[in-house]
This record gives sequence, C-alpha cells and structure tokens, in this order.
Amino acid sequence: MMEFDHKGDIKRSRLSRRALMLGGIQTAVAGVIGWRMHQLGVKEGDQYRLLAEENRINIQLLPPARGLIYDRDGDLLTINDRVYAIEMVREQSRDPELILNRLAQLLPLTQDDIDKALADMKKRRAFVPVTVATGLEWEHIAAVSANAPALPGVTPVLGLNRQYPKGPEFSHIVGYVGSVSDYDLNETDDHDPLLRIPRFKIGKTGIEATLEKPLRGEAGIKRIEVNSLGRVIRELDRKEGASGVDIQLTVGQELQTYTLNRLKGHSASAVVMDVTNGDILALASGPTFDSNKFLKPISQADWKDMNDPHYRPLVNKAVAGTYPPGSTFKMVVALAALDAGVVDAAEEVYCPGHMEVAKRKFHCWKRGGHGHVHLREALRYSCDVYFYDLALRVGIEKITLMAHKLGLGERPNIQLPSIKEGLMPTKDWKRKVKKKDWVLGDSINAGIGQGFVLASPLQLAVMTARIASGMKIEPRLINLYNNELYPTRGLEPLDINPAHLELVRRGMYEVSNHRRGTAYGARLKEDRGGPMAGKTGTSQVRQITAAERRKGVVRNEDLPWNRRDHALFVAFAPAANPRYAISVVVEHGGGGSAVAAPIARDIMARTIKLGDKGYGNLPNTRTREQT
Amino acid sequence: MSYLERNLKSTPRGFGKVLYFHWPLAILIATISGVGFLMLYSVAGGNIDAWAQPQMYRFVVGFVMMFIIAMIPIAFWQRMAIFAYLFAIALLLVVEFFGDVGGGAQRWIDLGFIRLQPSELMKIALVMVLASYYDWLDESQVSKPQWLLLPLALIAIPTALVLKQPDLGTAMLLVAGGGVVIFAAGVSLWYFGALLAALAGLVAAVFYTRGTEFELLNDYQYRRIETFLDPSISPYADGYHITQSKISLGSGGYAGRGFMEGTQSRGNFLPEKHTDFIFATLGEEFGFLGGITLLGMYMLIIAFCMISAMRNKNRFASLLTMGIAATFFFYFSVNMLMVMGFAPVVGVPLPLVSYGGSAMMVLLGAFGLIQSAHIHRPR
Repeated sequence: MMEFDHKGDIKRSRLSRRALMLGGIQTAVAGVIGWRMHQLGVKEGDQYRLLAEENRINIQLLPPARGLIYDRDGDLLTINDRVYAIEMVREQSRDPELILNRLAQLLPLTQDDIDKALADMKKRRAFVPVTVATGLEWEHIAAVSANAPALPGVTPVLGLNRQYPKGPEFSHIVGYVGSVSDYDLNETDDHDPLLRIPRFKIGKTGIEATLEKPLRGEAGIKRIEVNSLGRVIRELDRKEGASGVDIQLTVGQELQTYTLNRLKGHSASAVVMDVTNGDILALASGPTFDSNKFLKPISQADWKDMNDPHYRPLVNKAVAGTYPPGSTFKMVVALAALDAGVVDAAEEVYCPGHMEVAKRKFHCWKRGGHGHVHLREALRYSCDVYFYDLALRVGIEKITLMAHKLGLGERPNIQLPSIKEGLMPTKDWKRKVKKKDWVLGDSINAGIGQGFVLASPLQLAVMTARIASGMKIEPRLINLYNNELYPTRGLEPLDINPAHLELVRRGMYEVSNHRRGTAYGARLKEDRGGPMAGKTGTSQVRQITAAERRKGVVRNEDLPWNRRDHALFVAFAPAANPRYAISVVVEHGGGGSAVAAPIARDIMARTIKLGDKGYGNLPNTRTREQT
Repeated sequence: MSYLERNLKSTPRGFGKVLYFHWPLAILIATISGVGFLMLYSVAGGNIDAWAQPQMYRFVVGFVMMFIIAMIPIAFWQRMAIFAYLFAIALLLVVEFFGDVGGGAQRWIDLGFIRLQPSELMKIALVMVLASYYDWLDESQVSKPQWLLLPLALIAIPTALVLKQPDLGTAMLLVAGGGVVIFAAGVSLWYFGALLAALAGLVAAVFYTRGTEFELLNDYQYRRIETFLDPSISPYADGYHITQSKISLGSGGYAGRGFMEGTQSRGNFLPEKHTDFIFATLGEEFGFLGGITLLGMYMLIIAFCMISAMRNKNRFASLLTMGIAATFFFYFSVNMLMVMGFAPVVGVPLPLVSYGGSAMMVLLGAFGLIQSAHIHRPR
C-alpha cells in the first residue's frame, strides 16, 4: 500500500509537472494573443479605423451642370442633354468578364464593347470607374438597377451630354468639349478631381476652352456608405456643387449666319463691331466646321475636310490669322505722320508711279502714277508712293507707336483661344529677331502695310472702330457673365488729335464714295443705310522681282491660289455718325476692292438693317440637371 | 474545490451528482455561448432568425446532452473510448466515399436533421482513446519506442483521412490534441524535441516540393500559407480575408464601436463573418476590452479544466480532461491568431461562438466528459 501510494505520488507529480508545462505554454500563447489584440486594437487602432472608414465610405463626385452659352438674342448655343451610362469598377466586380457578360444580356453590348471595356479596365487602376456603355435608354437603367445584386461594381449614372444646336455658325466662337486627355491630367495645373471622372468632357477650343473653369462649375460631393459589393447602404451627407456660369455672347445668330454665308466659297474671315462699345456683332471665319462632329468619333472624311491645308476650317482666322494689312494700314501711317507734324492735309506729294530709294525701285500699284496728291487723295486712290514718302519722313518707330494706339500689335483681349498679336516691327525688333539692321526699304514697305507688318482681322476691326469712334474701344465678346454685365472697356478718347482722325475718316469716306475712290464700286448706297467709309487693301504674299515687272506682272487670276494676293477691306458706317466697324480678309482673294469690299458692304448693309435690337433676355428658369 | 465541498468518501450517486457538477465551468460555457448568440445576432444585422436562433436551439440540445454525459460514470466512457474512435474512423471513411462536398472539401455527412462533421467527433474520440491507452499502459513503459507506435498510428490514421478531405486545420488540431495527451502522459521530452526538428524539416519539404509533382499540399493550401506570410500579395483575393479581419479588429480600438455598430461586418467587407471570422466582428464592436475578456473567459475554462485534471487521481480522467482542454485551447487560439493575421487561414471556428452545429455539439459533449470526470473522480 505504502509503495503504491508512493508510486502514485510519483505518477501524479509527473502528470502535474506536465500539466503545469502545458498550462505554461498555453498561458504564453494566450499572452501572445492578448498582446496582438492590444497591438491591433489599441496601438494601431487609429490606422485600422481609417482603413475601415475608407472601406465603408465612398466619396462620389456630383458633376456640376456645365454653364450654358447664349447668343445675343438669348438663344441657346449649347445644351446639356441627359444621357444614361453604365460605369463599372474593376476591383468591386472581382470578375469583370463575368459581370460584363451578364450586362450584355440586359444592354445592347457587343463583344467588341466588352473587349474594349475590359481593356480599359486593365489599363486603369482597379478602383477607377470605366464607362461600359453610354447613350442608354431609361429601360436599360431600370433593368440594371433591378439586377444590381448580381452586378457588383456596376453603377448606372446620369450624365449630361453637351450639344451645339446652332451647328457650325458658332463653332469657332463657342468651340467644343472633348474627353480629358493625359496631357490635361498631367501637364496642366488643373487638379480638379472632376477631370478623373470617366468621360468627363472639358472645353477643347473656343469659349468652351478659354472659360473652361467657370463653365465647368464646382463638383458637389456625396459621401455614401457602401458595402463590400459597392452597394449603397445609405447616403451620409452631400455638399452640393455649383453649376457652371452662364454666358451670353455679344454675337447674334442672324448676323453671324449672314456673315458666314457671305464668306462662302472663300477662305476668309470677317469681324463686325459696334464702335460705340466694342461689342463684337459677328466674328466669322470661313469655311467653318460643326462642333457637334467632335462629340462622336470623327469619320475619316470629316477629319480630312476639317484639316484641308488651304482652307483650314478648324482655324479661327478672324483672330488666329495674321496678314500683311496692305493699304488698310495707310490710315495708321497717315495718322502717325499727321501727329508727328511731318505732313499736313494740304501738302502734296508727286507720284510718278514709283519711288527710287537706295537704287531700289518701289512701285505704286498704279503704273502711271497718281501725279500730285494730298493726304485725302492719297487715301482715296490708295497711292503707294505718297505713303512711301510719309513712312520715310515719320520713321518706323512712330508708325509702330501709332499702330499700338490703334490696337495693332497688341493682343486683343477677348475670350477666344489662339489669339495672335500680329507684328508691328521696330528697329530693335529687327536687330534682335532678324539679326539685321533696319533699312529704309523696310520703312517703305511698312508704309503700305507690307513687309514685316502683320495684323489679324479682329485687330483691323478694332483699328477701324477706334478711328471711327476716336475712343480706345476694346472688343467685347461677352455681354453677360454669370448674370452680370461684362464691362465695356476703352470709352476714353484716343491719344490722337481729333482733327487728324476726322481727316483720315474723310479720306476713308472718299475711298467709298468718291467717283474715283478705290471702293466706289462697292459703296453702300443710302437706301441700304450708307454711306460708309472704308479702305481697301491688297496685300502681296510674294515678292515681285524687277525682271517679272519688266515682263509685265502676272495677273492674280493666273497665279496658283496660294500665291495670289490677300484681299482686305475695312470700313465703318454710317460715315457721318459711325456706329459699326467691319473688317474683311479674303485669303488669296485677289484685290481688296473687287473681292473684299463687296462682301464688307453687304455685311454692313445687313448689320445696319438688323439694327440694334438690344440683347435678348436669358430664360430665368431652366432645369438644372445634377447627377 | 471549496464550493459545496463535503468530505465525501465515495463518488456521489443519483441526482446528487448535480451538486458536484463543475458549475463554474458550466456557467462559463453558457456565458461564452451567450456571447456567441449576441455576435450572431449582430452580424446578421439584427436578425435573430438567421443564425442566433438555430445556434440557441443547438446550444440547448447540446447543454442537455452535456448533463446527460456528465451523469454517466467516467469508467463507462473509458470503456467506450475505443468504440468511439472506431466509430469516428468509420464515419471519416463514409465521408471519404459518400460525403457531401462543401466548400471544396468533403467534410459532412448529411443525416437530414443535422449535418455531421466526423472530423469534429474524431478530435474528441482520439483524445479518449489515447487517454484510455495511457491509463492501461504502465507508466514506466511510456517512453519505450515500441509503446509509442500504437498511439502514433492512432493519430496518423484519422489525420491522414482528414488531410485527404482536405482539411488542414482539423488535421493540425488532431495532431496537436493527440500530441498533448502523449505529452501529458509523460513521454520523454526528447521525442518532442525530435518532433519539433522533424516538423521544421517537414515545413521545409512542403515548400521545397512546391511546383514539383511531389507536392505535399494542394495549391489552395499553398496559397493560403503564402498569403498568410504576405497578405499584400493579393489583398482582394486570398489575402482579403486577413486584411479585412485585421481592419475589423483594429478599427474597434480600445472599447469598440458598440454593439451592432460594426461597419466591417454590416457592410459585408468581412468574409465568413458568422463562422470562422466572428472574432473580428467581436473585436470591432467590443474592441480590445471585449476581445481580452473573451480570451480571459476561455483561459478560465482552460484553468478550471487543468486544475480539475491535476486533482483527479484517475489517470484516464486526468489525461482526458487535459486532452480536451488542449483541443479547446487549440480551437480558440488558432482561430484568434488566424483572425489577427498570426496564423494561416485554416478554417478553425471560434469554439462556442462561431455558427455551426457539429462543433458546438461535439464541444458540449466533450465538456460533458470533463464534467463526468470531475463528478466521478476518486475521493
């Protein structure tokens, strides 16, 4: 018994030892578990709390309704069409291919669409929504919503599609919107998260581009609680965004359409301005294009048409085209000389048909010459020799100074892209850029708006408006900006002797109304609102060599199109009490008097006929779409 | 035990046994199960019908069963050990050939009223048969190699069958549970040292053979181990489980987000939220405090069992109690470590809390055995 007990004790003690060891190990493991709990929940708790929030809360942007653009009459130039689309997020779908095949049973999806969507998703990061289908009907959306549990990661979205109801007439001004490019995302300062919304459109050209940010508006934010399938449990809160601002243009549809039609057949542009306030009444560049074509994939044929190398429909030549202003520049030279006091109204210059300077012959357009001419006559006949002489007397610096006063060589301040500032040369400029000294010939060429001088049709219109009004009128393209009147700028008088201005206006009057004026054939008769005062211009795009001149200058019509002269005409009307100014440039059109002046006359007649009806009111109530 | 301790010279009889029940243990078990009901109610989004109620029914049935088993003398269960083992082996063979395939593994026998998981039963039967064996074996012989062969075979056969299902988690629990009994029986520590070395060799072999035709594990098992080692490999596929459960646990912070306020489980971010990963929801809703309290309760169960085992002069009862306690310990520790990202995702439920009939029943039955050992201990 004793021995058994003893042995039993040994047994027990060994078992107890092992039990204690076991208990010890178990306690140690429990200690590790407890430590880990502490680490996860207490030490790193905040970090995991954040991750849980990220899991749970989905921030959705509410794209704002893009601002609308109206014309002068208050008619819509842009509309935001409701369109339904389906978006899909790869990481939420887990198996995108399966989900897409399920979608294909509900929507008109082709295998191509599916492949494209898959490729899109692969290209982007897993959480970026990709538009799978767009332009859907409400029934499709309803079907998708009803089957949502079987379609993880799929969201129907309501989008707004920009449309341009007026088509081509305003394409150059309004422009168009397009998808956000990699360049837009990475190379610009624009970090608006809206840009990362799939198929979000931003302005690519025209006002859509220059006023992109105000038109875009501000994104609203909606925070929603979602489950692991991306299904919305509830909306936590939302911050409404702001729609883009609405804009009313100064341009009216009727005149704009007429102007474009009148330019048909030419590569030409025209600008009509109200000289009393700078309002741009028409700004046309022909041929034009249709903004709506950029909203869908463009066909090869359309693309080829739009990129015609001669007619360049995509270029807004009214602001982006720069041309030697030719004889339309003579007013600038005249004013510069008058203000400098190197000539007066009565002083006559003898024109034998050419002028010889430094053994070079500079010809007048009239081979026989104009004989003795004073300033008004020189303008009336557009005598080149007279202005050669003036240019030599006054010098390029003063001409350029005057040109700047009249808005040439300055970037017109309106809300359009690719506005060119043209070129008004100085001696310094030539030395710096051309690495050559200024020579007398350069001044002579500048005297008739050739050589280095370049100006855009808009600048020529501004110049004319300033001469006509005597004020520092600035062009104004926008009338209402966010329901506020856009300021009129430049109502102060020009820093030019009013008598000199009056003299030049008189000369321009004679151009159009004197029997022998260069634009007499295209005068505006009184029954059409005339008379008007204008100035023709024909600017060479080639050098006429002495040899060629000896043989006889080839007639414009016999030259290849792109070597023909540009035809220009600027005018204001009514001559006695100027209200409107116009500039017309017909690329390679031939003569200013024969081609540009009649166009300008007709447009001016229509401008006067339409009269000043004032601005149309914008509709007060309109449905603001918010998705 | 100090409570109700009457210096009994013999084991209690009849209904008097109820007085000698290990009541603290029984109450603790009921409390933990109650936590389970709460959690199941919560993860169902406040719906009692989904999981909580069926679990309660099973608990009631299992609790009654526990009492019945406890009433029966431990000597009877000792005689039953070998039959329980053979029965469990037979069931494992049945699932091997006729079992339903659930979750990619053959684990179930569908008896109509309950879906029986023989591997759960096996865990207890194995402990029983080993305890019985070492009670029979003279203690001086335990470390002799020839006497080790049978216990090892007893472990190896069901382990192989379970691995074939394949169910890595249960296989590990079988080996561990059996190993604990052998360890407690007093087998020389040298064997265990050697075993650890062999295990290290096996782990090396497992990875070394990956991709060859001698692969020791299935591809999904490899993947699970890999994602355990580095959850960032595929946060939305295999690593998703671990990542999300860590987020759940961590986001609970110190005191939790409150009952029914867990966004992770309510938003379905948490996978298997009502079974293997229910601890993550508990951590999310009750925080570090909730988790540590549950761990404390579990450890208290272990402590009660170990104390009971050490005081029990019946060697079978003692070994059985320790073996079952160890198995229980492996359950919750592996589950918690897995949910916290410290162990591979092996599919081990949180005992008494996770939703699941078989495990609950078998565990309550096993606690019945412990109670029986406690009541019928030699005085």
